Order: sequence, then C-alpha cells, then structure tokens
Amino acid sequence: MRILATAILISMLVGVAGAVASARTTLTVGVFPDLDSVLKAVIPEFNKVHPDIEINLQTLGFADHHNALLTALATGSGAPDVVAIEIGYLGRFAVEGGLTDLSRPPYNAGELKDLFVPFAWGQATTTDGRIVAIPTDIGPGTMFYRRDVLEAAGVDIDAVASWDDLVEMGRKVTRDLNGDGKADVFLIAAASTIADAMYRGDIPEGEGVYFDARGRTVVDSPRFVNAFTVAQRVRQAGLDARIGAWSNEWYEAFKRGTVAVELSGAWLGGHLQNWMAPETAGKWGARDLPSNMYVSWGGSFYAIPEQSRHKDAAWKLIQFLTTRPEIQILAFRTTNAFPALQAALEDPLFDEPVPFLAGQRARRMWAEAAAKVHVSVIHPGDPVAQEIVGSALTQVLEEGKDVRQALAEARQLIERRVRR
Amino acid sequence: MAMGPGGDSVREVPHGAGTAGHPAPALPRPVAAHPPTVTGRHRGSSWWKRRAAPYVFISPFFILFAVFGLYPILFSFYLSFHSWNAVGGLGSMEWVGLENYTYLLTDPWFWKSLWNTVWLLIVSGLPQHLIAIPLAFILNSGLVRLRNLFSASYFMPYITSTVAVAMIFTTIYGTQYGALNAALAWLADHARLGWLWERLGLELPVNWLGRAAYIKPAIAILVVWRWFGWNTMLYLAGLQTIPRELYEAAMVDGASIPQQFRWITLPLLKPIAFFAVTLTIIGNMQLFDEPFVLTGGTGGTSESGLTVALYLYRTGFEWLYMGSAAAMSWMLFVIIVGMSILNFRLMGRAGLERRGG
Repeated sequence: MRILATAILISMLVGVAGAVASARTTLTVGVFPDLDSVLKAVIPEFNKVHPDIEINLQTLGFADHHNALLTALATGSGAPDVVAIEIGYLGRFAVEGGLTDLSRPPYNAGELKDLFVPFAWGQATTTDGRIVAIPTDIGPGTMFYRRDVLEAAGVDIDAVASWDDLVEMGRKVTRDLNGDGKADVFLIAAASTIADAMYRGDIPEGEGVYFDARGRTVVDSPRFVNAFTVAQRVRQAGLDARIGAWSNEWYEAFKRGTVAVELSGAWLGGHLQNWMAPETAGKWGARDLPSNMYVSWGGSFYAIPEQSRHKDAAWKLIQFLTTRPEIQILAFRTTNAFPALQAALEDPLFDEPVPFLAGQRARRMWAEAAAKVHVSVIHPGDPVAQEIVGSALTQVLEEGKDVRQALAEARQLIERRVRR
Repeated sequence: MAMGPGGDSVREVPHGAGTAGHPAPALPRPVAAHPPTVTGRHRGSSWWKRRAAPYVFISPFFILFAVFGLYPILFSFYLSFHSWNAVGGLGSMEWVGLENYTYLLTDPWFWKSLWNTVWLLIVSGLPQHLIAIPLAFILNSGLVRLRNLFSASYFMPYITSTVAVAMIFTTIYGTQYGALNAALAWLADHARLGWLWERLGLELPVNWLGRAAYIKPAIAILVVWRWFGWNTMLYLAGLQTIPRELYEAAMVDGASIPQQFRWITLPLLKPIAFFAVTLTIIGNMQLFDEPFVLTGGTGGTSESGLTVALYLYRTGFEWLYMGSAAAMSWMLFVIIVGMSILNFRLMGRAGLERRGG
C-alpha cells in the first residue's frame, strides 16, 4: 500500500512539475537598435514580476527588422510574438490582417488611452478605428539652434514668433564670411525640412498627415500650399545650404556651425551629443517651432502580430513596457527615448538642466510641446503619399515648379496609386 | 566508365523527367551497354550506380533551383495578376486580371523610370566599352609593364562594396564640402576656367545630387567607373584567344599598331563584344545599386534617377503593392528580352556567323 501511495504521489508530483514546466512561456521579441538596449535593461525587472515568461530578444538593424517583419507577415510564419515598429513604418503595417487589433477584448486597449500622450495614441489608431500598437517613445518636434552663430549675427531667436520671422532671421544669419561672394553660414541645412515641419503641424483633429478621416487625400489643402510656399521662399532667397539629412555634409555642417538652426525631433540632441558633433556641447539651444506649431517627429511602438502564439504573454510584456512610469524612465535613462506615458513625464528627471544645451531645461519644454501636438491618424497609403509629396517638394525647390500645380499633380498620383 | 552513360543522361534531366531523383523512363543506351548475364541483385546495385546515383548527386542544384529560382519566378507571374498587400498574409490576395499591367502602362512614373533606365543604359553603357576595348588592347599588347597590377586596379571598383562606394561618391558629389565642387571652384579661380563653367551653365556650388538635370550624369559616371574594369577583363580574355601569328604577320607586312587594332583586333573581337554588350544590356536595364545609393533610395528630384528596378523595389517593398511590382518585373523582363534580340540582330548574328564560317 505504501509503495502504491508513494507511486501515486510521485506521479502526481511529476504531473505538477510537468504542468509548471509547460506553463513557462518563451516569448520572442523583435526590436531594432537602440530599443534593444532598453529591453536588455528591462527584462530582469519584467522577470521579477513574471518569472514564468522567458524573453528571447531578436535584434536586427533598423531597416532589416522591418523588412523581416514584412516577410514574416507575408508568408504567415516567423514573426516574433512582440514587435517594435517605428512610426515611419507603422502605416504600412496597419493593413488589416497583419497586427492584432488591440481595441478588442481581451486587450481592450481603448481603456489605456488616457495614460498616453494623446497624439502618440492617435498615431497607433487607424482611420477605421483599430488600435494596432501601443506607443512607447515619441519625438516631439523642436528647433535646435546654435547660440554662437546667432549671437555672431546679432539676432535673437526669442524674437522669432512666426515662420515669416524665421525667414527674416535667416536673411541676417546667412552670410558670406570669407568674402568669396558665396554664403558660408546658412539658416538651415535644407529648405525642405521647413515644409516638412509645417505640413506635419496643425493637422485638423482626427485627420492624418496626408489623408482625412474618410481616407481622402488632403495634400493640396492650404496646410501643404503654405508649407511649400515658405520653403520655396527660403530656397529662392538662398538661405538653405541644400544639404540632405543623414549625410556626411550634414554632420560636417553641425560640427562647423555653418547652419544656424535645424528642425527635428527632440532625439536629434542625443545624436548630436553622442556622435555627430560632441565637441559642440554647450553651444546649442532648443525651442518650440515658430507659429506655435507642435509636431510629431518620430516615435516607436510595440505591436502583436496576428500570428503570435503567445498573445497573452505578449500583451503582459507590452503593458509592462509602456504603462509603468519607472520602466519608461529607465528607457529614457538608457537611450534617451522620450516617454509616451504621461505619468513618466512627471518625473523630476524632466526638470533637470541639459548640459549639452547650455543647461537649458529643455525636457520639460518638450513634454509640454508633446501635449500640444494635434491628434492625427495613420493610413496604409501614408508611405506612398509621403514619397509623392516629397517628390513634389523637390520639384518645387530644385526645378522651380509652381506650388499649386505640383500639389495638384501629387494629389492625382496618390489617388491613382492608393485606389488599388 | 560506369558513369559514362549516366553522365550523358544527366544532361537530359531539365528537358525530360523534370523532378530530380527519378530517372527518365526510357533511356536505351545504358541498358544496351549492359551485359545480359548480370543477376537481379547485381542489376539493382548497377541500376543505382548507372541511373539513380547521378541524379541524386546532382539533385541539390535542382532542388535549390526549384525552391529559390523557379518557384519565385512562377509565383511572381501568378502574383502579377493579383492585388496583394503582403502585410495581410497570403490569404489577402485578390484576383485583378490585367489591371496591374494596364495601371503601369498609364503610370507616369513607370514611363519616367523606363526612360531613365534606357538613358542610363546608353550613356553609362557605351563609354564602358569604348574605354574597355582600347584599354584591353593596350594591356594585351605587351607594351605595358606590371600588366597584372593594372588589371587588378581596373577590376577593383567592381568588387568594392556598394556601401563604401556610396560613401565616397556622395562625398565627392557633396554640395558644400564636396570634392568635385571644390575642384571646380579651384579651377575657376586658379586656372581661370570660370568662363567655361559659365558657358556650361554651372552655377557653383553645383547641387549634383539635388538638381534633376545632374542626377543621371552623376549616376552614369559612377556606373562607368564601377563597370569598365569588368568589361576590360572580358575583352582581355577575348584578346587572348586571337592568335599571336596574325599580329606577327601584320607586323612583317608593316602594319602599324592602330592598323592592327582596326583590322585584326576589332573584327575578331566581335563575338566577345556581342557577349559583353548583352551583359551590359541585361545589367544596366536592372540598374539598382548605383541610383539607390546616390539618391538615398528615393530616385532623386523629379524621379530623374528612378530606374525601373528601383521603382519596382519601392512599389513592392516600401509601398507594399506586390502585384504591381510583380507585373513591373515581368514587363522589365519582356523589355530586356526584346533588347537582347535586337542586339543579336544588329551585331551578334553577323559577328558569330563570320567566325563560324
């Protein structure tokens, strides 16, 4: 009898152990640099709360990561359980069937809406109301400026209230220093950046950058005409250095101080400090864009592919990463990823002076700017529209094409392409 | 010996049985070669050796080709009649018939990209051969010391990584701090060549990769630089098949080196020229790397650097219109076939026949 009882007990224990072992889930998480640094820092914390979930981190280069995700979605297998998606790619992955709609049970992500910076939440919502991802970091648009360059030109950046003021300031800043008849210092690296900032600002509530709530393209609206016209004036007055972003010339201009301002996401400060122009520390300042315009310029999200087999665990991880202030602060400390979570922005860290910006308390300014960005929505046609509008802009700037005509043609091209 | 007949039958695989591993049903020769006295057991092992083994050994190629070559080709043809956004998975494919093709035929960007591609084919293709043939002749003539060193240095651009090339050329073409603009400005000041730039309509600094008019020439220069060495090697190989005696005889007759080049080298080089030009047509019609790196992957201002291959890539993998992209690849294929046939008509047949006859 005792032998029998022992045998039963042992078999029960084995069964329980087996059940425990099978309850342990391995969750694959696909990320790109630098989000992998955030994950590496956070995983030990996550395992304290969820020891039953093991995380297998898969890091690929930025473009490779998104291409691999595309392949996995196309073929129906191989996607990680949780994926990071950058805002520039979010639109194209928002097509039905790829990413899990988190607005539905059991996720009911709609309840989390008020926790986040409103525009970031909107970016993860499609025009037909699905929530395809949860925001983790954001890129509030800002204007970086060189204190020394502006001082040498005798101009005051605080006097710049509107875009027209900025252009006027550009006329004073753009100068020929060595007397060869050509300008050596410019207002900005590329006039197109100004147009880019302007048409991303002031998006009517509920619309996207390029499409309205009903999915019709709005690229010939006054928002675009105005943005293109200002950029055209900057180019015609010779105020931009005609340097493309992410080129050696761009970094060189920042190092030498040959451009007075640059418009970008707040993240550019981190890049400047870490590798683009570290020796220029203390010479920079940051302020809001002219005309009280607040724009989103970058950001990352986490999503669950439809083919994930551990959606419960995936949702637990996403909530952990995005809704806990201490984790978002940790991410900010690790890689300067600006939190999308409102509560995280209350941290005293955001009131500290930033030495690279000559001790300016810029983070508080960015947090406040983020709160003012209009909520916009994404559309699967965004990548095409972005391309076609970008092309129209270069035609206006480089070839002197008429603004309205360029935009009307862009509209036709977008409509043609997006219909199928 | 035993592999002899088997080796022959291997060649018939792609035309005959199709699936590797299964021998073709009727192959009389190996059977006839068999001595009739072998036992069944022997016949079995011999069957394996003579018939099956070669197929098994060669099968990795056919299996890999079927999976990574044939299947994608057939799938892309099937795909070109569908509308498919890859994000939705395979289930979201939708039959649209010829719509993708009719869309492309009325798409301004497709025609623009086709024009760019043909422009680049001619402007970057011709110089490659015009440089390569004389260069190969000089290298082969024995007048040049360190021939291998020169050959290697001409070939270098061909094997250089695209990323390294991109970085160097974007630096050369830079607007404010680019080497090319710096050189032009220096020449204008020091060699008093400013009038020449004015005559050419160059307003310094030139935005080489920003102005539509300069993008294609900028790409063409890069393509020529990358590929003329490859063609030089092809022609060098071709020159080495021309018998030395012909040159020696010509020299005895008092022919100068230019005369030798004109009357011996050029005619006998025709078959290799046909081959090299065909490769240039196929390669340049699919031009992708060079415009991609120089225009930052966009095709540049007014799409003036957008080639068909680049447009195809963007349509499929950036905008996710996979059906359109597949249709475009088939149209490009048809165009390349057409151009190759034209090339054969123009120079290939004549050159090849003369050699044969």
